[in-house]
Amino acid sequence: MAVFRTTLKAAALLAGLLSAGPALAAGPTVPLPDVRFSFDGIFGTYDRAAAQRGFQVYKETCAACHAMRQLSYRNLREIGLSEAEVRAIAATVMVMDGPNDEGQMFERPARPSDRFRSPFPNEQAARAANNGAYPPDLSVITKAREGGARYIYALLTGYTDPPEGVELMEGMYYNAYFPGHQIAMAPPLNEGQIEFHDGTQATVEQMARDLTTFLAWAAEPELEQRKRMGVRVLIFLTILGGLTYAVKRRVWSDLH
Amino acid sequence: MATGPHTSEFKNPVVRWIDARLPVFTLMQKEYGTFPTPRNFNYFWNFGALAMVTLVIMIATGIFLSMHYTPHVHYAFDSVERIMRDVNYGWLLRYVHMNGASMFFIVVFIHIWRGLYYGSYKAPRELLWMLGVVIFLLMMATAFMGYVLPWGQMSFWGATVITNLFSAIPLIGPDIVVWLWGGFSVDNPTLNRFFSLHYLLPFVIVGVVFLHIAALHVTGSNNPLGIDPKGPQDTIPFHPYYTIKDSVGLVVYFMVFAVLVFFMPNYLGHPDNYIPANPLVTPPHIVPEWYFLPFYAILRAVPDKLGGVVLMFASIGVLFVLPWLDTSPVRSMRFRPVARIFLLLWTVSFFVLMWVGAKPAEGIYITIARLATAYYFLYFLVILPLLGRLERPLPLPESIALPVLRGGGPLPAGAMSKPMEKA
Amino acid sequence: MAETMAQHGSRPPQEGETRRDFLKLVTGAFAAVGVGVMAWPFIHSMNPARDVLALASTEVDLSPIPVGAAVTVVWRGKPVFVRHRTQEEIQVARAVPLSQLPDPQPDQQRVIRDPWLVLIGICTHLGCVPLGQKPTDPRGDYGGWFCPCHGSHYDTSGRIRRGPAPANLEVPEYTFTSDTQIRIG
Repeated sequence: MAVFRTTLKAAALLAGLLSAGPALAAGPTVPLPDVRFSFDGIFGTYDRAAAQRGFQVYKETCAACHAMRQLSYRNLREIGLSEAEVRAIAATVMVMDGPNDEGQMFERPARPSDRFRSPFPNEQAARAANNGAYPPDLSVITKAREGGARYIYALLTGYTDPPEGVELMEGMYYNAYFPGHQIAMAPPLNEGQIEFHDGTQATVEQMARDLTTFLAWAAEPELEQRKRMGVRVLIFLTILGGLTYAVKRRVWSDLH
Repeated sequence: MATGPHTSEFKNPVVRWIDARLPVFTLMQKEYGTFPTPRNFNYFWNFGALAMVTLVIMIATGIFLSMHYTPHVHYAFDSVERIMRDVNYGWLLRYVHMNGASMFFIVVFIHIWRGLYYGSYKAPRELLWMLGVVIFLLMMATAFMGYVLPWGQMSFWGATVITNLFSAIPLIGPDIVVWLWGGFSVDNPTLNRFFSLHYLLPFVIVGVVFLHIAALHVTGSNNPLGIDPKGPQDTIPFHPYYTIKDSVGLVVYFMVFAVLVFFMPNYLGHPDNYIPANPLVTPPHIVPEWYFLPFYAILRAVPDKLGGVVLMFASIGVLFVLPWLDTSPVRSMRFRPVARIFLLLWTVSFFVLMWVGAKPAEGIYITIARLATAYYFLYFLVILPLLGRLERPLPLPESIALPVLRGGGPLPAGAMSKPMEKA
Repeated sequence: MAETMAQHGSRPPQEGETRRDFLKLVTGAFAAVGVGVMAWPFIHSMNPARDVLALASTEVDLSPIPVGAAVTVVWRGKPVFVRHRTQEEIQVARAVPLSQLPDPQPDQQRVIRDPWLVLIGICTHLGCVPLGQKPTDPRGDYGGWFCPCHGSHYDTSGRIRRGPAPANLEVPEYTFTSDTQIRIG
């Protein structure tokens, strides 16, 4: 029985170490709303239609200030857009290329292999245009914030009037979920501001959910492949574990 | 040394030919085949093998990652994202490497704790133990420099804070820091040298691991009873008994590893490291990786800069002299009812330090950190030396074979040769 | 675990032996398959990444290239020769009997639309870039290209005529997107 005891002890140690994880960072003070997403859970996948609507929200609303420099137009194939659609989307954007044979930089329509065009050439320009605040790059935003996709959704839907006694600084907005509650980004989503191609009603919640799905995909495009592979690996290891344990029992049986 | 070809016992002609000229097969057979090993290992004895496998995994994934990584402040973050997005299975390599560091520390912490509980550091295994502590230090250095490479906010500020520890050294401290940085702040030269050393140190670890195992094979393994094998009835050949037992542990270990990699790959990381490094903005809460938290807590528990640094290094340095601090001749805590309680308390203090290391350094947390730090050192420096004299250990068993057979119930004569069947 | 095992009765050793061997074999095979499968991500990570594959096409504007001149463009990191051939060069290339060619191929098969000749500018011998693009370059004995590394001579169709190179200069996959524009790849 000693083996069982020690194994239990080892498991307890492991569990202790793992539970130290969430303690690592002081989370946002306000508990996040309990939203569920299509990509939650071990079998979760991205809702392609939502991600495509989310891209539309990004393109028509966020892209004016927020870059997504890790993404290329070709990546949009992964959320279900066709080659032709991706080409068309890219072609509407002018990107800098060059130098040409005369040594000049020039603009040309983007190709699928080009990165998403950033709205500002550098951080200084972005700050100058935004009252000193820097609109962060959104490529990995759901991985770069405590609370992940849930936090992004909460932030997008968390604009309210400031509570009694809270004095907002000039050019700031009140957001229940932003650390410190004063955020320089104006409420980005307003009822009906987008006309979705598929006719979905553009409520704030709908747009926030779709945009969050898109951003989660942008941050973790490997998620579906990863989870699928994980399930297979665990099934494999379970069988291998059973077999190995059986061999172990047999090998050791002549000792006892 | 004998001259002339080694006489090989292998039948396969190719193996025999090689073995006669370079007896690697004989060596393997001796050290991992017939090597006499105490028959009573429990599953804690898996963790050496698990650490070894993890080291191999880390080196393999690391080599392949380095083929795509760019150690330059302008490209490092983007090259990591490119690995995640564009390189075939790059996400898998990176997540295995990233979580592999955590798994490595979990395994090594348990491996060290096993040594503490069963007195594996005591004579004649002092040098074996000290080599292990060297490996642990090298691992910490490697992990720290590896964490800098993605050049996120935590990379940058972690590097800044940890390198600044050296500024506590009187007189030459600031010069040493500038030398470490290769500039006047953590910048491209720092990133470059950290990458170089992060690639180098694992191979140094391999070298020390080799010495660690060589030393182990001179003294032989300790065991849960902490008593020496008295004869062949107390030992079994390493293969197949412990190769298969290690394999069982390995598969279970891989399952834990796989859950982390495939379903919660960023769970043990910090979200701020997905924000590109910005030398002008420090994140509100900087915390090191979880495996450094206990030592970080000790650092912060001391109100004096130099004192904190000294105490932090001393918390590992004390392990080097542990074989001489523990004066009890009894190895295993199974037979030390009093010391066992104090060791378990020490374990609690370690976890408390880990927990408090992630908390802000203020108010009650400082008091808790100080108490836990005090006990951490008290255990090694006062309690163990005293207990060696004061404690009355339980009677030790006659030999390894006896309690195993006793625990296994009465066996008919000749049962050793009969394979048992599990239904 | 010692206790639980001792409680089970024993069976005849022979049966136990064979079953143990079979079990070991299955477990070993299973583990070997696992290790083999895990090797693939490592190997595949060295294949061209997705961003590399996405850069596989280059567009070339033909209008500024005068008759008799050539330009070199980069496609997949390799030089591509685009030559505006003269009528004479085309005739010479088509007049050669195939029997005289080490790597027989009619010129018509190597062009899509006259007078444009598009070639990957890499010598099929050992990968040097042949001379002949600039007007001052030596063009070899057959008026096409000359590889200075080991002395391979290519004709006005980019076919190997003399020297160690085993094959003609390769024609990349390309299409005319308009009368004056091609897309390579």
